[in-house]
Amino acid sequence: MSRLPFYLIVALLLVTGIAMSVHRHVQFEVPWTPGEQRKVWEIEAQVNFQADGGPAKVEMALPSTQPGFRVLTEHTASPGYGLNYLEEDGARRALWSVREARGNQQLYYSAQVLVAENAKPAEVPPPRSAANVVWEPPYDTAAQEVIDDAWSRSADAFTFTQQLISEFSDERRDENVRLLLTQFDRAPLLLRLLHQADVQARNVSGLQLENGRRRQTLTTWIQVYDGDESALFDPANGERGRPDNLLLWENAGQSVLEVQGGTNSRISFSMISRNQPAAAAVRSQLAKDADTLLNFSIHSLPLEEQALFQTILLIPIGALVVVLLRVLVGIKTSGTFMPVLIALAFIQTSLVTGLVGFLLVVAVGLVIRNYLSYLNLLLVARVTAVIITVIAIISLFSVVSFRMGLNAGLQITFFPMIILSWTIERMSILWEEEGPKEVLIQGGGSMLTAVLAYLAMNNPWIRHITFNFLGVQLILMALILMLGNYTGYRLLELRRFKPVTED
Amino acid sequence: MWTSPGKLRAKGIIGMNQRNIRYIGRYNDRRLYPLVDDKLQTKLLAQQYGITTPALIGTVSTQFGVKRIHEMLATHGGFVIKPAKGSGGKGILVIEKRDGAHFVKPSGAHLSLEDVERHVSNILSGLYSLGGSPDVAVIEALIDFDASFAEYSYEGVPDIRVIVFQGYPVMAMMRLSTAASDGKANLHQGAVGVGIDIASGTAIRGVQFDRARHDHPDTGHELASLRIPDWKTLLELAAGCYEMTSLGYLGTDMVIDRQHGPMLLELNARPGLAIQMANGEGLRKRLDLIERQPEGVSPEARVAFAQHHFARGSELERVAQEAREAAEA
Repeated sequence: MSRLPFYLIVALLLVTGIAMSVHRHVQFEVPWTPGEQRKVWEIEAQVNFQADGGPAKVEMALPSTQPGFRVLTEHTASPGYGLNYLEEDGARRALWSVREARGNQQLYYSAQVLVAENAKPAEVPPPRSAANVVWEPPYDTAAQEVIDDAWSRSADAFTFTQQLISEFSDERRDENVRLLLTQFDRAPLLLRLLHQADVQARNVSGLQLENGRRRQTLTTWIQVYDGDESALFDPANGERGRPDNLLLWENAGQSVLEVQGGTNSRISFSMISRNQPAAAAVRSQLAKDADTLLNFSIHSLPLEEQALFQTILLIPIGALVVVLLRVLVGIKTSGTFMPVLIALAFIQTSLVTGLVGFLLVVAVGLVIRNYLSYLNLLLVARVTAVIITVIAIISLFSVVSFRMGLNAGLQITFFPMIILSWTIERMSILWEEEGPKEVLIQGGGSMLTAVLAYLAMNNPWIRHITFNFLGVQLILMALILMLGNYTGYRLLELRRFKPVTED
Repeated sequence: MWTSPGKLRAKGIIGMNQRNIRYIGRYNDRRLYPLVDDKLQTKLLAQQYGITTPALIGTVSTQFGVKRIHEMLATHGGFVIKPAKGSGGKGILVIEKRDGAHFVKPSGAHLSLEDVERHVSNILSGLYSLGGSPDVAVIEALIDFDASFAEYSYEGVPDIRVIVFQGYPVMAMMRLSTAASDGKANLHQGAVGVGIDIASGTAIRGVQFDRARHDHPDTGHELASLRIPDWKTLLELAAGCYEMTSLGYLGTDMVIDRQHGPMLLELNARPGLAIQMANGEGLRKRLDLIERQPEGVSPEARVAFAQHHFARGSELERVAQEAREAAEA
């Protein structure tokens, strides 16, 4: 029988598992380690305008995920208004509408933005080449001279833009520029000149993020394209590149705010930043994206179920510990996966309370079971009697420890009682049949395995990995399959068989 | 305290993982397990194949049947009660004789009828069966074991474990109960294991608790002179279990009855590895040799093959010889 399919399955599981985990790390920036902090900006935009009394329509540009920032959540507050989100060519806009509005109107929009180095931006196509720019004399010659001047001192679209902006700087400003500035504003003028020179460019609006600032306004930037490349220029000083804290609010060269049916419209921003654990930041992100199969995620479940899954996903780790200890070390346990269940109980109770509670319950249970064996009962009835006894013991311990002021005692109720009762029954039989030594060996083996499984399952790093990377389950599966194929000696066999090798 | 995997491999020692995957997994078809896991089935099957087993006194399969057990036992002084689906010798109750209303265990402990009934009831509830499934209690006649073994055993019947691989007997050991093992023939409880030469049926080497041993700890009798009568018949009986069960890797537990000679006590589809300790040799080389043999060989020919290829001198004999020579000098 060929083992090839087996190795193929193992390899497939490994590759899929690793690929899924890496994809999750890269695509959703789920960190490998827990406790990593991420910066999240909460930005609030406030739109004010004076409504005319008739129907009103307010259109506002919205930020989208872009290099450096990822939009996590967004909310609006605009009582009485209908709201639509529009999306066209990667540019997102909100459209508020109302049939009748009078007086001062306020609309709010707030967004949570995560600082993310390699966020994947929505595609924004480069601006279409502008239609022929028409100047009125005498501006046409002035503009042409400014362009020619900058053109001769540049090599490509980017250097041209830089040269053009530098012509607007105070010390070099010549007659032509001064003339043009009497008629036009600086940023639109620059764009007009760029278009005239057949450079693809647009004006975009950015928000300078600064913690705790209120009533901020957007600043205008010039985005220039050269083929597929684009660069951002500060129209004030010609500096190229996006400053670290600049969030592009509007990135498609459209207006930021358009109001119909109102006057005196303005938009202002306030913002705060805070640090939150990366996992939490990612969670809110995943909850939003969980609708596609590729992003299949337990994070889309209600919180209560998530907590349940967090535990369920740890069980394979405990099982892996059991497999390792049995296949590689050769430890005897009473009941194959009983130690995993005990370890799960330890997670609820904490280790010391759990161990003490477990030993107390089993010890008292064994004594009582010993008495029950004189009553000559049927097995199932006897185990049931042990279950009730175990419940009684646990209640008694809980009450006694509570009266003594120890809250820890209350937590041993987390033990799986039926399994505990069967353990007591088995241990008791083992005692009768094979003596206390075997009870110690198997009981000790179970305890040791349970403690190791607990330490593995309660490790914050492992909890983080198993919960956030479902691919890890496939990797575990592959590991366990490989362990199931292991035909070498167990560690304890090296001791057991030693006498044979001595002759 | 520890040895290296390399040394074990050189000795041909088979580990638990290798046994499970390489031999049990490959040669023992799972659907055949019930034949050996259910001792009642094994017994009936053995009768079909003409393999002698201890006489069946009766079976108890219902809780109300438990009350009728004293009628069943009325005419029998000694008997053995065992769970049909028990494993590892669990739940076997041996009653040597009656003492008035009481039943006497080999250890001399007295049990009342209620004790025996409770034991049977426990068996029926599945206390000793794999996975706790309901079980049947099998009551067999007590083996009247060969007197020549009296000095080699303490309070229990010594049995002979033969590993049969694809029908070839590959390794054998005798298990002698001791005070430490409470009259049971389980090695991990302290019974003495004595490796038996496949060719001659004589003792090779003894171990208790995995350590070499030259005499019985309770009777003090040396082990070197141990010789199993009717050895060839025993091997042929064991080899015949392959045809009976189709299991490729099989542990057969045999006993020697004073009147009936070698008998099959039970079969085991997952025999342990202590036999290697008792023989001071790994199974690997012998199993490799068998794997190269053709199929369809008769049991007699297989036994002859095994006796020819697996012959071994006794270590115990050598130790005794050296002691004698030292005394003479």
